[in-house]
Order: sequence, then C-alpha cells, then structure tokens
Amino acid sequence: MRPWRSENRLIPRRSLDGMPPDTSSPRRPLLSSNSLWRMRSYLRPYVAKLVFIWLAALLGIGASIALPLVGKEVIDGPVLHGDSGALLPLGLVALGLGVVEAFLIFIRRWSQIGPVLGLETRIRDDLYEHLQRLPMGFHGEWQSGQLLSRATTDLSTIRRFLGFGMLFLVMNILQLSVVTVLLLNMYWPLGLLVAASAVPIIVVSLRFEKRYIKISRQVQDEQGDLATLVEESAIGIRTIKAFGRRHHVYDQYDDAARKVYDTSMDKVRLSARFFTFLEVIPNFTLALVLLLGALAVGGGSLTLGTLVAFTTLMLQLVWPIASLGYILAMAQESMTSADRVMEVMDTVPAIAGGARTVERPRGHLRFEGVEFRFPGADRPVLHDVWLEVRPGETVAVVGATGSGKTTLTSLVPRLIDPTAGRVTIDGHDVRDLTLPALREVVATAFEEPTLFSMSVRENLMLGRPDATEEELDAAIRTAQAMFVYDLPWGLDTRIGEQGLSLSGGQRQRLALARAVLSRPRILVLDDTLSALDVETEALVEEALRHVLREATGIVVAHRASTVLLADKVALLAGGTITHVGRHQELLTDVPEYRELLAQDADLDPSEGALR
Amino acid sequence: MTTPTVTDWRGVASEDQDELSEKVSVLLRDRSRRLLGDLLTPHRKAIALLTAIIVVSNAAGLAIPYLVKVGIDAGIPPMLKGTGPGTLITVVGVIVAAAATQALTRQAFLKLSGRIGQSILLELRRRVFEHFQRLSLSFHEKYTSGRVISRLTSDIEAIAELLQSGFDGLVTAVLTLFGTAVLLLVLDVPLGLVALIPLPLLLLFTRWFRRQSAIVYRRTRETVALVIVHFVESMTGIRAVQAFRREPRNQEIFRQLNDDYRDANARSMRLVAVFMPGIKLIGNVTVAGVLVYGGWLALHGEITVGVLAAFLLYLRQFYEPMQEISQFYNTLQSAGAALEKLSGVLEEEPGVPEPREPKVLTGARGRVRFEGVRFAYVEEMPILPGLDLTVPAGQSVALVGATGAGKTTLAKLISRFYDPTEGRVLLDGIDLRRLDELSLRRAVVMVTQENFLFSGTVADNIRFGRPDATDRQVREAAKAIGAHEFVMSLPDGYDTEVGQRGGRMSAGQRQLVAFARAFLADPAVLILDEATSSLDVPSERLVQRALRTILADRTALIIAHRLSTVEIADRVLVMERGEIVEDGPPDRLIAASGRFAGLHRAWLESLS
Repeated sequence: MRPWRSENRLIPRRSLDGMPPDTSSPRRPLLSSNSLWRMRSYLRPYVAKLVFIWLAALLGIGASIALPLVGKEVIDGPVLHGDSGALLPLGLVALGLGVVEAFLIFIRRWSQIGPVLGLETRIRDDLYEHLQRLPMGFHGEWQSGQLLSRATTDLSTIRRFLGFGMLFLVMNILQLSVVTVLLLNMYWPLGLLVAASAVPIIVVSLRFEKRYIKISRQVQDEQGDLATLVEESAIGIRTIKAFGRRHHVYDQYDDAARKVYDTSMDKVRLSARFFTFLEVIPNFTLALVLLLGALAVGGGSLTLGTLVAFTTLMLQLVWPIASLGYILAMAQESMTSADRVMEVMDTVPAIAGGARTVERPRGHLRFEGVEFRFPGADRPVLHDVWLEVRPGETVAVVGATGSGKTTLTSLVPRLIDPTAGRVTIDGHDVRDLTLPALREVVATAFEEPTLFSMSVRENLMLGRPDATEEELDAAIRTAQAMFVYDLPWGLDTRIGEQGLSLSGGQRQRLALARAVLSRPRILVLDDTLSALDVETEALVEEALRHVLREATGIVVAHRASTVLLADKVALLAGGTITHVGRHQELLTDVPEYRELLAQDADLDPSEGALR
Repeated sequence: MTTPTVTDWRGVASEDQDELSEKVSVLLRDRSRRLLGDLLTPHRKAIALLTAIIVVSNAAGLAIPYLVKVGIDAGIPPMLKGTGPGTLITVVGVIVAAAATQALTRQAFLKLSGRIGQSILLELRRRVFEHFQRLSLSFHEKYTSGRVISRLTSDIEAIAELLQSGFDGLVTAVLTLFGTAVLLLVLDVPLGLVALIPLPLLLLFTRWFRRQSAIVYRRTRETVALVIVHFVESMTGIRAVQAFRREPRNQEIFRQLNDDYRDANARSMRLVAVFMPGIKLIGNVTVAGVLVYGGWLALHGEITVGVLAAFLLYLRQFYEPMQEISQFYNTLQSAGAALEKLSGVLEEEPGVPEPREPKVLTGARGRVRFEGVRFAYVEEMPILPGLDLTVPAGQSVALVGATGAGKTTLAKLISRFYDPTEGRVLLDGIDLRRLDELSLRRAVVMVTQENFLFSGTVADNIRFGRPDATDRQVREAAKAIGAHEFVMSLPDGYDTEVGQRGGRMSAGQRQLVAFARAFLADPAVLILDEATSSLDVPSERLVQRALRTILADRTALIIAHRLSTVEIADRVLVMERGEIVEDGPPDRLIAASGRFAGLHRAWLESLS
C-alpha cells in the first residue's frame, strides 16, 4: 500500500523555474501551509462526511491492531492449555474483526470520493473562471503551459494530499503511538528496543526526503527543458526542415535527454540506498527481538504467544514509519502546489468592468491623452495620444513596425488599460462600462486570428450567438470566406487545433467574418487583410466599405489600398499620433507618411524587371 | 466513417479510433511487444543478472519469517530445558545474514533495474524524437504539433513511471506471491492448502478489477485530455475570448468537461474503494481460518507454535502484493497505451523517404526542372495536374496567382517537403528523390510567412541558417537584409533572448530575423513564400533592396501577393488551377494584355 503510487501523472510536471519573472511578490517561505489552509472553505459542504471518514479511519486502525492480539490469545490460550473449546470463539472474533476492518476501509474510501473530487473540481472551475477574467497583461506574461500545470498537476497533488496523504499522516502517527504503547505494555524492554529502532528510520527518512525533493525538482526542471525542446521541434518543424537542421536539433535534444538520464540515475541511486535502509533496519530489529524475546521466554518473563504477537505487531510498524518521510514530502509538495494555485487566484484582475451600460450606442470614440507603458518599461509605447473618431467615421492607423498600432487598438475593448489618460465611447470612459456592454459595442478582427476547436458556424457566431442564417451568409460573403461552404461538412466542419487546419488567409477571413457578423458599433480591423492575395483583398475591401459605412471603424493599415477604406488617416510615430488627415494630404505634406506608404517612392519598377 | 480493415492499422491510424476490433488489438499489442523486445535486447545480460539478483534477494527476504519459526521451534525448547541458547544464537545469526544479503542484493537490484530503465527511456526518447524529425511535413501537417508533443512528453512519462515504480513493484510482488505460496506448503501441507484456498477467488477478483479498471482508466484519460485541450485553447486564445465575450459559454463548457472528468475519476476511485477492502477481506478471513485450523493443529501437536507464527507472518506478505499489483495496474496500462502509440509513430515511414544511394551535390548551381509533375493530396483533386517547367540557374522567378492556384505546392515540391505523385523534380539534373538530404537542404532554403523563432538569442536564431557561422557573419547577414538596426535597438542587441515563440517581437521583426537566417544559409535556390507580407513598407523596401543583391547569383522562386516583390524578378509565372497560364519577363507581361497586366494595373491603382 503506497499512496504515492496510486495515481498517475497525466501531464509532465512543468519546470518550477519556468515561472515568469516575478519581481514584485516576496519570496515565499518554503513551507507555508497558509495557501493550503485557505482552501478549507472548499471542504465546508462536506464537514459531516469528513467526520464520518475520520471515524471510520480510526476504528479501522483499532481493528487492524486488534487482529494480531487475537492471534496471541489463540497461542497463549487454547494451544498452550489444550483448550479446544475456546478456539472457535476466538476464531469468530478474528473473523469479525477482519470483516469489520475491511468494511471500515470500504466506508472510508467510498465516502471520501465525494469531498475529495468535489474540492478538486470546484477549485479548477474557479481557477478557470478567474483566469478568464484576468486581462491580456497577465496572459502575456504567463505561458498557457504554466497555467495548465496549475490547473491539473498542482490540483491533483493537492487532492492526493487532502484525500490520502493527510489521512495517512494522522493514521500513521496514531498507529505508531498505539502499537508502541502496546508493545511497551506487552514487554517493555522489547518495546523500548522497537521504539529505539524507529529513531534512525525517522531521521534518515527526513534527511532523505529533503535530498529527494531537491533531486526530484532538478529532474523536473530538466524534463521541462526537454519538453521545451520537444515543443519547439514540433512547432518549428517547417523551419527545421527548410534548413535541414534535423541533426543540429537532435544533438540539442540528445544533450538535454542525457542530462535527464544522469540526474535520474542520481535519483535512482539515492532511493536505492534509502529503500534498502528502510528494509534492513526492521529485519535486524526482528532478529534482535527474536533473540531477546526467546531469552525472555526461556527466562519465563514472556509467553510464547506474546512473542508471536509481538513480532507480528512489530512488522505492522514498518510501513507507517517508512511512509512518514513520504507523506511529509507529499505534504510539502501539496503546500507548494497550493501556493502556486493561490498565486494565480490572488492576482486581482487589473481590468474590471464598471457598472454602466450604453443604451443605443452611437460609437463616438475618443482617445484623450492616452499613455501606455508595459510594467517595468522605462519608455511608454504610447503617450499623449489624442484622437477622435465620430460615429460612422473610419480612421486608418498607419505606423512603422513596432510603433504601437496594435496596442492602440487593444485599448478600445479594454484588452489592456491605458496607464494615463482615457478612452471614451459616447462620452463614457470605457472603464465605467460593464465589460460585456463594452465588448458588445466593440468587435475586433486580429491579424493573428484565433479559431477555436468548434464548428465554423460557432466560430463565426462567437460575438453574436443569435445571428440568422442570412446574416451569417452575408458576413461570410463580406469577408470573401465562401470557401467554408466547400469544407467537408460545410459550416459544421470542426476547425481549430482539434479540427481541420486552415491557411493563414482563410483564418483571417473567418476572423473578419466573425467581427463583421457581430455588427458592432465600433469595428476594429487590426491589419486583418495582410495574408490575402490582391484580388481577394480588393473584393473584401469593396464589401467592407459597406460595413464601415454603418459603423465607427479603426483600421490598422500597411498598404495604401487598406488606407483607402478610411475617411481619414492617423499617423503613429514615436509613440504618439503626429498627423491626422486625408490620405492624399498626408502623402503630399508628410514625408514620413510617404516613406511608409508610397510603395514605389524610390523604387523604379523598370529597374528590377530589366535586369 | 467506414470500418477500416486490419491492414489500415499501420502507423498512427489507430489513434483516431475509439473502438478497436479484436484482430486490430492483437496487431497493436504485437507491435508494442516488438518494440519492447527491441528496446530490451541490448540489456539481455543485465536482465539475466537482474533476475539472479532478485531471486536471491527475495529468497533471503522470504526466509526471514521461516527463520523466526525455526528460532521459536528449535531455539526456545533447548533454553527451556536449560541447555543454553546455542541454537537460538545460530538462528539469529542466520537471520542477520539473510537480512544483510537481502539488503545488499536489493540495493543492487534497485540500482541495476534503475539503470536499465533509464537507458531504455533515453533510447526511446532518442528514437522517437529522431523519427519525428525524419518524418515528412505531410505527416506533421496531419498529425499536428500537439500530438507530437504529447507523444514525446506524457507518453514517455507514462513509460518512465512504469519503469521507475512499477517494474520494481511488479517483480517483487510476483516473486513474493509465488515464493510465499511455496513456502506455506513447505511449512505444512494441510495448513498451507487451507491458507491457499482463497487464492483462486483472489485471482478472479483481481482479474475483474483489472478489466474494470481498464475501462475506467481509459475514460479518465479521455476526459482529462478534453479538459486540457479546452483549457489550453481558452488560454492561448484569451484575447478573442475576451473580445467576443465568450467567457460565460466557455465556463459552461469547462464546467461540463470538468464534471465529466470528476465522474470518470469517481468511477475509478469507487472501483478501488471496492477492490482494496475486498482484498483485505479475503486476507483477513484467511487469517481467521488459519488461526482456527492452525490453532487446532497446534493444539493436537500436528504443527508447532513456530509454524503457526510463521504462517501469520507470511500471510501478511501474501496479500499485500495483490494490492500492490493492482495499484500500479493503471501505470502498466497507461504505459501500454503509450507504447502502443509510440510504436505506431515509429512504424510510420517518411512520406519523402531518404534515398538508398544518396547523390551528394556540392556547389549546386541551382537549375530547377519540373518534368510532368502531378501532385494531389487527394487523388481526385490534383493541385498540379501536370507541370513542366525549367528554371535556369540564377534566374529569379515570381509566382503569381490566386489562393489555391498551387504556388505553395510548387515551392514545397522544390524543397522536397513533398514528393510528386507523378513525374519528377530535378535540381541540377538530379532527381530530388535521389539527392542526399544534406546536399538538398544546403542548396534549397525556403522562407515562409510563419517564421518560427527558437528560444535562445537573436544571434542563435540567425545562426540556425548556418550553425558554424561566426558572430561577424551573423551580423553581416543581418546587415545585408536590413535587420541590423532593429536588432541593435533590442535591449541586448544580438544577445537578446527571444521569448516564447518570438515573444515581444512583432511579426515583421521576426520576419527580418528569418530572412537573415536564410541569407546566412547561402543556398543556391532560395524560395520566398509570402515572406514579405507581414513587413511594413519601409522594411519591405529594405528587404527588397537587399534581395536584389542576394538574388543576383542564385535561383529564386518568389511567391507574393504584393506585386512590388514581383518587380525584382526576371520572370513571372501566372498560375491558375495548378497550371502556368502566363510566362515571361514582367515588363513584357505588363505590356501585353493578359492576366498579369490586369493585376498590375489594379495594383498600381491601389497605390495611388
């Protein structure tokens, strides 16, 4: 019976050092039961059941201790005195105790299923809910893998400890003390000997546990590095193949795999020594007990039955003692896990919705002295941004790579919040609006579109679940995404990570259709057309013109053709808007703008062609 | 979906299936067994030694209770008679020796089995990783990176788990079980038989548990996989989730999946909750029986008290292993499932096999030829129905055409990501299928729109194009492509760590790094598939200026939606439905009245 073996790890444990640099939070103490303790509220609905479980556990221990004592009675009573009449009743007592013990184990295991799984499931639900509320800033810093390991591995660790570890810890200590008292009571010199033999085991266990944790962490870290290499080799397979760097990548992987091998071997050696030690001490003690016990029987100070019971009971102690170290390690591990979970749970969503909703929004958008800087950055990405987009108007945002265009557009649906200044819609600060209300007003089509593992239809209707078939079709046509009708199951084809894979251009068009379908008052197109070919782009632009006529639009543009969708252009340079005007005006008046948009300003088309 | 036949179950095909026919299961099991045998073969000697050690170790361990019996039966009477503790001391000495032997052999066993296990793991990791890298792009596109990752992480982990904890447990448990049974019979046949009466029941019970647990365990894995997929997808797509107010629906789905997982877990725990006390019950009833019958036998002098004591000690050992075996049965199962999948992966043949007698090509000139090339992903719908094309060495060719016209396919055929269904593709007169892989990669490099950056510094990423390049060469490459300025503006210049998958670099910046990488690789044939589309105009202009020099002495194939890129080409191919419909120098095509002229006009208008 080894509880730490009873469950499998389904997910490789992520490296603990893979956490994002967290300079703000103080270093947590190694063993803080605080986070774990705070989870107790999740057990509240099960208090009655828990009491019951503990009761069953305690009675079970009693039964398991009593059984060898019956054996003693049999030997000392009927066998020694030839009293065959007492044999059967004692046998029945043993049988009864055996049945009761088994039944109590059943009760304990069966009843703990509800609370233990309930706790895990509830925390996971809450964690997920919380994560969905946390803003982009948080998600930008945390890799999804780290969040996943908290939601799966860490929660399982906690579940295992609360479900098994904690119970075993208390039960073991209890069993240990009761049996030791019993042994002392039977024959105190031998009892003392057994108690003394537990000392080296406990000392070594505790020492072992510390080293074991350290080396286990190291293995985990190295496995994490290995996993990173695996991830990159899988996702970057095209690049690796394109350059024929198979061997290079393999060598890197091989080095890391060897490292894991070496550390794992250290771990094997360490635990081999430890386990051997665990087994050899009880055996030596047994030999001593036999020697001294037999001498005592010879001397008449001990009965034969007691000696037999003594040895049986003594062997019962081996497991509780040996497992102490493990269970303590488990406790520590689950505390670390609880810390890791709580670290996420304690992150207050930096972006929380206000209370206001807008009835019949007009879509009057204003940036008022907006500044944005990444936490810890010395230079802001945006500063002193002033921009007004009137209802129905469309503004193109033009700027060089890295000038903050995407940051600017993310401010509108509050994926991020400005660090100074404000963004208003119809005069309301967006921070005063409820998030659902705000995000109903604003829809964004991103340059790198995200499609979810669900049908095309669901993906498109994400922003507006009640859209009709006609509206759906219209949006598809606007985005020139008619290819969806040719998919194997048409609109019901499953796409995304778990489904059919689509090309970049196809994905962009779906993302565009999605944004259009939600018929927002404010439509943000973040360089949505970059992966389309010229002809398709022209068709999409034509259709978008109609859509944008009815909505306020912000269009991030790299190309003149996209800029032409807009009524006016805002030039973003050096982190702020330097010019606002019509395309032609800017083209003639602003050299910077010309540099950005006039494709062939200094490229003589004939030069390349004639070479 | 039609029911596949046995022959369809090659490679990874079985992964997508829920229900497997008996025949297929046998096939899969055989395949896993072959892989296992293959992995174990190099360790034959070590395993033989291991077997010897474990037998000695267990014999020594099992002997101890027996020796206790001898001590009680043979050691105590002489002392009661007052003839001294000589026998007793001998017996105790033997016990100590047995314990020491057991300790030493056990330690040797743990170390040796650990070493074998870790070596097997290392070998498996290497093999699977290498194999994945060898498999062609067509495989990866179908199989998806997620599954590659889980094969190499969680599946390997499952096998590691078995090797680390399960193996030791299983061997010890089985040996203890049989050793104990034999010893019980040796000690006393009638009492031994009584003690072994429940054994068949025990085996039946264990078999029932195993079967149930197989079903339940599979369900647990399935449900947790769904939880993970949904979780990861929500978190990676959180921007869209929040922007489109998907949270409530997501929460609903997650709660459902989470509940399913809980239910599956509950089923598995209920099973254990029945099984564990069941084993205990059988064990306890046996102990009671042995106590009564053994007591009666001892009472009548048929057995000694020592035998009875030994029986009680042995019976404890007898039932514990059963729990042990079942405890790690899940480990065994998941390792089995993992092995099945891994063996499937290893069975996959690269879609573009390595040539048996590879031709080495040094100093490739870069003449590319397509001869009657037909290519189809699905037989009925060929992407390229039949293509003939010659690109002389040094020529820059621009490919123009609508999405789906076959431009990218053409590019992929030249880089041999795929092989043509019919016909052949030649480089400098050599069929690509016969060309040595390294020579091919040295000669042909493709830059696509999705440019992956590996974790490491910017310099590392550029150097990926040529691992032996000096820092200076890396800088030169970046300068030539116009990436030097932006790299220098990064916090640590060329030593800046790029974050996870390119982290905070913009798409355009990543693109520039990818260009520098390709330039450093210095191939004879350079393929640019939409490579400039995510650059802004000034960067694109820089790249284009650089391209003129870069492309001067090499063959180039440029696929671009923007016609500005096309202008640096010597020759334009307009493609439609897999066929070349126009072919000629750009200025001549512009002057003519074909499709390209139309496209060009439209493009010029869009610029104004």
